[in-house]
Amino acid sequence: MKAKEVPQDDENILEGKFKDPIYTLDENGNYTTSYSVGWDVKNAVLKNAWSVINEKMEQARQEVLNGKASPIKYYMEKTIMDASLLAKYTGFWKWAVKKHLKPKGFNKLSTEALQKYADIFDLTVEELKDIDKIKNDKTEE
Amino acid sequence: MNIEMNFEHRQLAHCENGVVSNLLRYYGIDLSEPMIFGIGSGYFFSHMPFLKVDNIPVTSFRPLPGIIFKRVSKRLGFHFEKHRYRNPYDAMTALDKNLEQQIPTGMLVGVYHLTYFPTRYRFHFNAHNIVVYGKNDDAYLISDPIMENKTTLTRKELMRVRYAKGTFAPKGHMYWLKNVPDRFDVKGAVMKGIKHTCKDMTTIPVPMFGAKGIKYLSKKFRQYPHKLGAKKASLFTGQIVRAQEEIGTGGAGFRYMYAAFLQEAAGVINKPELKDMSYEMTAIGDKWREFAVVAGRIVKNRAREGEDYNRGADILLEISDDEQQFFTRLKKIVS
Repeated sequence: MKAKEVPQDDENILEGKFKDPIYTLDENGNYTTSYSVGWDVKNAVLKNAWSVINEKMEQARQEVLNGKASPIKYYMEKTIMDASLLAKYTGFWKWAVKKHLKPKGFNKLSTEALQKYADIFDLTVEELKDIDKIKNDKTEE
Repeated sequence: MNIEMNFEHRQLAHCENGVVSNLLRYYGIDLSEPMIFGIGSGYFFSHMPFLKVDNIPVTSFRPLPGIIFKRVSKRLGFHFEKHRYRNPYDAMTALDKNLEQQIPTGMLVGVYHLTYFPTRYRFHFNAHNIVVYGKNDDAYLISDPIMENKTTLTRKELMRVRYAKGTFAPKGHMYWLKNVPDRFDVKGAVMKGIKHTCKDMTTIPVPMFGAKGIKYLSKKFRQYPHKLGAKKASLFTGQIVRAQEEIGTGGAGFRYMYAAFLQEAAGVINKPELKDMSYEMTAIGDKWREFAVVAGRIVKNRAREGEDYNRGADILLEISDDEQQFFTRLKKIVS
C-alpha cells in the first residue's frame, strides 16, 4: 500500500488513544510508517463482533427478567465470558458455574461464593443480586 | 518509592516485536520493528478448523506467542531471564525488585482489563506484551507498544491483567534482558530468519500451515454458505478479517511489515534482489486487503449468497499461489 492510500475512516473506534501504524511505500519506493484512524472494512467487522455480543447480552437480560436465568448469566455475557472462562476465574467447576447461571443454583450460593462472582464483575454482592440494575443497564454501542 | 527509568517509548505495530525492539533500544541496540519481525520469523499462516475460540475456527497470521521473542534472542545471542510466579504477590515483589535495580521489565498481560485500551478492543486475549519501566506512589509506569504514549496502571490493575485467565493465561510471566553481548551477528541472524520463514511457508507437510494453509482456508471458505448457513458463515468470515486486521495479529499488516524488513535486509546482507522482492510482498499484502473488502461486505449483508464467498475464495487461492512462489524464490536468493 502506498502512504497516500492509507484509509482514514474515523468512527471513533480507537477513541483517539492511538492510530494504527502501517508500513507503507512513500513516493521514492522506500518503506515508511503511516498512521490510520480506521478503515471501513475493519470498523464494520469489529462493530459486527460487538453486535453479536450485545445480542447475547440482550437475550440474557430477558432471561433474567423472566426468571429463567440468574444475574450471573447476564454479567457473564456482558464481560464476554463463557462458563469455562468463568470457572477459571472463580475456581469452581464448570458444571457448578452452569448451575449458578440458573436462578435455582444462584439462590443457593453462599455469601463468599457471591462475593467471588461480584469481584470478577466489579460489583458489590448487593449490586449482583439487584435485578433492577440489569433491567436498566446500558449496552455498549 | 519513586522510580522512573529513562525508557524511550515508541509506538509500533505489533506488541511482541515492539516490546523486544523497545527493550533492546534501552540497552543501546537499535533494531527496527521490521528487523525484529524478520529475524524472529514472525511471518506465518495457519488455519485450524478443529481449534476453536468462541466456537469459531482459528485463523492465525503469526506463530504462537513468545516464539518471535525466543528466536530473536537466540539468533542475536541475547540472554533473557524469564519467570512465572504461582502467587500474584510474589510476582509483584519480583517486579518491584527489578525496578529498584533499574531493569525495565517485559511482561505478558490479558487485554480485557487493560483500562487504557479502547473499549471495543477489549477482548479476552491474553498474550499481549508491555514493559514496566518505573513506579510512583499510585501507579506503575507502562510502555505499551500499541499505545501512542506511555501510560500507567495501578497496582491492582496490573495484578489483574498479569493473572488474566483462559487461553494463554500469562500466570505472571515476566522477562528482562540479562546479558547484552558486545558484538552480535545481524547478518547471520537475518539469513537464519529468512530461511526459517521460507521453510515454514513452503514445506510443512500438513495442509493447515504456510502457503498451503491459505489454499485450505480458500476451500473451506467457499463452502461456508452451503455448510454453515448465512449467520454462522458470516460470523466465521468476520473472525478471519479480525485475525487479519486487528492490532497485534497480522494479515496484510504483517505482509507489509515483512516487505519493510526485506528492503532493510537487502542492505544488511547485501542482496539487492531483496528490494524487488519487497515490492512483491507489498502486492501480496494488497491482495489480503482486497480479500478483507470482500469479507467485510459479507459481514455487512449477512444474507448475501454464494457470489461473494466465491470471489473471496478465489482471492485466497491466488494469494496461496503467490506466497508459495514468493518463498520458493526467496529461499533460492538466500541459500
